[in-house]
Amino acid sequence: MFIRLVYESFRRQTRRKLLVAVAVTLGAAVATAMIAVATDIGDKINRELQSYGANLVVTPQDDTLEVQIGSVNLKPSGGAYLNEADLPKIKGIFWRNNITAFTPELPVNANLGDSNVTLLGTYFSKKLTFGKEDFTTGARGTFPWWKVQGEWPADDSSDVLVGERLAAERNIDPGQNLQLNGKQYRVVGILSTGGIEDHEIVAPLFIAQELLGKPRAVDKIFVSARTKPEDAFARRNPDQMTPADRDRWYCSAYPESIAYQIQEVIPHSHAEQIRQVQQNEGNILSRVEGLMLLITLAALFTSGLAVSAAMATAMFERREEIGLMKALGAGQFMLSAIFISESVLLGCAGGLVGFVAGSLLARKLGAAVFGSAIAVAPVVLPLVLGIAVLVSFIGSAAAIRMGVKYDPVHALRGIV
Amino acid sequence: MKVRRKGPSMFLRMLWRAAVLRKRTALSALLAITVAAAAATAMLNLFVDVQAKLRKEFRGFGANIVMEAKAGESFSAADLTRIASTVGNRALAVPFGYAVAHTESGESVVVAGTDLDLVRRLNPWWSVSSWPAHTDDALVGVTAAPVVTPNNSRFALSYQGRALQLTPAGTVRTGAGEASRVYISLNDFESWTGLQPSVVEIAAYGSATEVTSLLSTLQRNLPNADVHPVRQVTEGEANILSKTRSTLLWSSVFIISTAALCVLATLTGWLFDRRRDFAIMKAIGASDRTIALFISGEAAVLAFIGGLFGYLAGIGIAAWIGRANFNAAVSPRLDVLPPVLIGSIAVTLLATLLPLRLLRQIQPAMILRGE
Repeated sequence: MFIRLVYESFRRQTRRKLLVAVAVTLGAAVATAMIAVATDIGDKINRELQSYGANLVVTPQDDTLEVQIGSVNLKPSGGAYLNEADLPKIKGIFWRNNITAFTPELPVNANLGDSNVTLLGTYFSKKLTFGKEDFTTGARGTFPWWKVQGEWPADDSSDVLVGERLAAERNIDPGQNLQLNGKQYRVVGILSTGGIEDHEIVAPLFIAQELLGKPRAVDKIFVSARTKPEDAFARRNPDQMTPADRDRWYCSAYPESIAYQIQEVIPHSHAEQIRQVQQNEGNILSRVEGLMLLITLAALFTSGLAVSAAMATAMFERREEIGLMKALGAGQFMLSAIFISESVLLGCAGGLVGFVAGSLLARKLGAAVFGSAIAVAPVVLPLVLGIAVLVSFIGSAAAIRMGVKYDPVHALRGIV
Repeated sequence: MKVRRKGPSMFLRMLWRAAVLRKRTALSALLAITVAAAAATAMLNLFVDVQAKLRKEFRGFGANIVMEAKAGESFSAADLTRIASTVGNRALAVPFGYAVAHTESGESVVVAGTDLDLVRRLNPWWSVSSWPAHTDDALVGVTAAPVVTPNNSRFALSYQGRALQLTPAGTVRTGAGEASRVYISLNDFESWTGLQPSVVEIAAYGSATEVTSLLSTLQRNLPNADVHPVRQVTEGEANILSKTRSTLLWSSVFIISTAALCVLATLTGWLFDRRRDFAIMKAIGASDRTIALFISGEAAVLAFIGGLFGYLAGIGIAAWIGRANFNAAVSPRLDVLPPVLIGSIAVTLLATLLPLRLLRQIQPAMILRGE
C-alpha cells in the first residue's frame, strides 16, 4: 500500500513532480559543474601559468659573478659550466611529469663586423632521449612569449635568429648571412622577446659552444615546472626534517623540492626558483582557486535554498491530499513517511540526472575556456546525491510537518 | 453620499490580503526570488570587480613597461620629472642606474642605484632579509654577497678610481640577475659615479588598452627613450585574465539560470496552489484580464521586494568573497541593481504566463467542486 501510494503519486501528478524535479536537477547540475570547476581550475590555471615561462633556474655551483648591464655582458670567461650531457636527466627526477620543458643557455661574446655582440646558444625545440622516453624541449616551451618573424632555426643547423633591436640597428634581414668570428651563419628569422634577447643573436647551442671552444658547456638551464604554491612547510630545510616529513616534502610538487631533485641529478649545480615567476604564479593560482571555491560554496548555498523553496511550495500545494489521507485515518508517521520518501526519491532522481548534466556542463566549459575537458571525479556523485536528497528533505520537511499537524477539516474545506 | 472609487484601493487590498493570508506560500516564493536575485547580484558584482582585483595581483609580477635611454645616454632629472608627471597615479615608475664597480680584491660587480622604497612596491617577490634605511646602506644580492663582503662587514667599492664605503644592510634573493648585483640609493649612486639612471621600470595599472595608451604617451613625451612592453608579463596576464573571466562568466550563467528556473518552478506551484481563489474571483464575475492583471501585479510586487532583498544579500556575498579571497571587499555596484530588479520582475512575470494560460480554461464550478 505504501509503495503503491508513492508510485501513484508519481504517476498521477506528473506536472507537479516535474517542476520540482526540474528544480532539483538544475540545482544538482550546477552543484556538479561548480564542484568540478573548483577542483580542476587549479590544474587548468597552472597550465596557463606556463605562459610566464620558466620558474626554476639551474646554474653551476661555483659560478663566477654575473656582470651584465642590459645586453652588455662583462662576465669574465673561465667560470664553471654545466655539462650538456646531464640535461636529459632532468626528465628522470621524481616529479618528471611536472617538468613541461627546459632550455639550456650559453651566452658568448662574438665579433660581428668590427664590434662585439652577445650570441646566446640555446635549444629551440630539440629532441632528447632519457631512458626509453623521447621528448622535445627548448625555448619554444620555456619562453612562450618569444616571437619569430621568419623561421625558427633547426637545432642542428648553422641558422641563427637576430634580436629585433640588433637587427634594426645593423639593418639585418632574414635570409642574409652573418660573419661571426670569421664564420658564416644564415639569419632565418628576427626574434622579438621584449627582453635582452632583442639585442642578441640567438643560435643553436652547439654554435655557442664552438665559439667558446668548450664543447658540452652550458651556463644556465631554465626549467618550466608545474608546481604547487609554496607554503611554510615547503620552505623548511629538508636536511633537518624527520624521515617521514622529508618523504612528504620530497613527494610534494613544491618548487623547493623540484629544485632539490634537479640538483641531485645534475652534478655541481645549484637550482633555484625564479621568484618573479614562481611567487606570483603561486599567488595568482591560490587567488583564482580560492575565488572559484567561494563561488562554488555560494552557488551550493543559493541553489540549495532555491530548490528548498520550490520543494516547499510543491508540498504546500498538497494540503488537501494530506487532509484527505488524515481523514481516512493515516497516522502522522505514515504521512511523513510517504511524503518524505517522495521527496527523497525526487532528490535521488534529480541528483542523478543533474550529475550527468553537470558533468556535461563542466566538460563543455573546460573545452570552451581551456581547450581541454574538465573531468568530474566519481566521488562527486555521492556528494551531489547526498546534497540533493538533503536539500529536498529540508525543503519538504517544514511543509510536511505543517501539513501533518493540520486539522483535516480545514484542509478539506480549503481554508488555510 | 459620494461614490467612492473603489478600483485601486480594492486592488491593493486584494494584493495585501492575498500576501497575508497565503503568507507561507508567498514567503517561499519570495525566498526563491530573493535567493535568485542574490546569486545574480553576487555573480555580476564579482564579474565586474574580480578583474580589477586580479589585475592588482598581476602587478605583483613587477614592471610591464620598460624605458631605456639610448645607448650611452641617460635620463636627466627633467626627463624623470616628465615621466613622473606622465604616469601620474596610473603607474609606478622606478628609475635604475647601473655601473660596473670593482671590489677591493679587484672583481667586477654591477652596482644599481635606485629608489629602494619604490622597488619594494614594484617587486614584492624580492626576498629581502632587511631593507636599507640609511645612506651608505647597500642591499647585496645573495650571489654577490660572498664576493663583495665575505664576512658581512663594511666594504668598499671603487668606480673609476673613486671609492665608496658601504654597509651591507641586507641581502636580496630573486633567482635571477638581481642576486648578483649590489643595490644602493639613487642619491649615493649619482654622487659617487656621476651617472644618471638609464632605465625606468614602470608597473602600469589597468587594462591592456590603458597600458598600451600609457606606453604610447610615454614614447611621445620622451621621443629619445626606447619604450617597450615586457612581453613575458603582459602576455601571460592577458591569457590568464581572459581564461578566468570566461570561467567566471560561464559559472555566472549556470548559477543565474538555475536560480531563475527555480523561481519559475516555485511561482508556478504558488499560482496553481491558488487556483481556487481565481475560480472564486471568476465565479463572482472577474474577467480573465482582471485576474491576469491581479496575478501579474502580485508577482511583480513579490519580484520587486525579492529583488531588493536579494540585491542586498548578493552585495553581502560578493563582499564576503572579496574579503576572504582578496583581502579587499568587492565594492557594491549600484549599476547592478536595475538589471537585477528588471531580471527578477521579468522572470516572475514569465513564470505567471504559463499558469495564466491554464487558468483561462478554468471552469469555476469544477475547481470549486474540488476536481
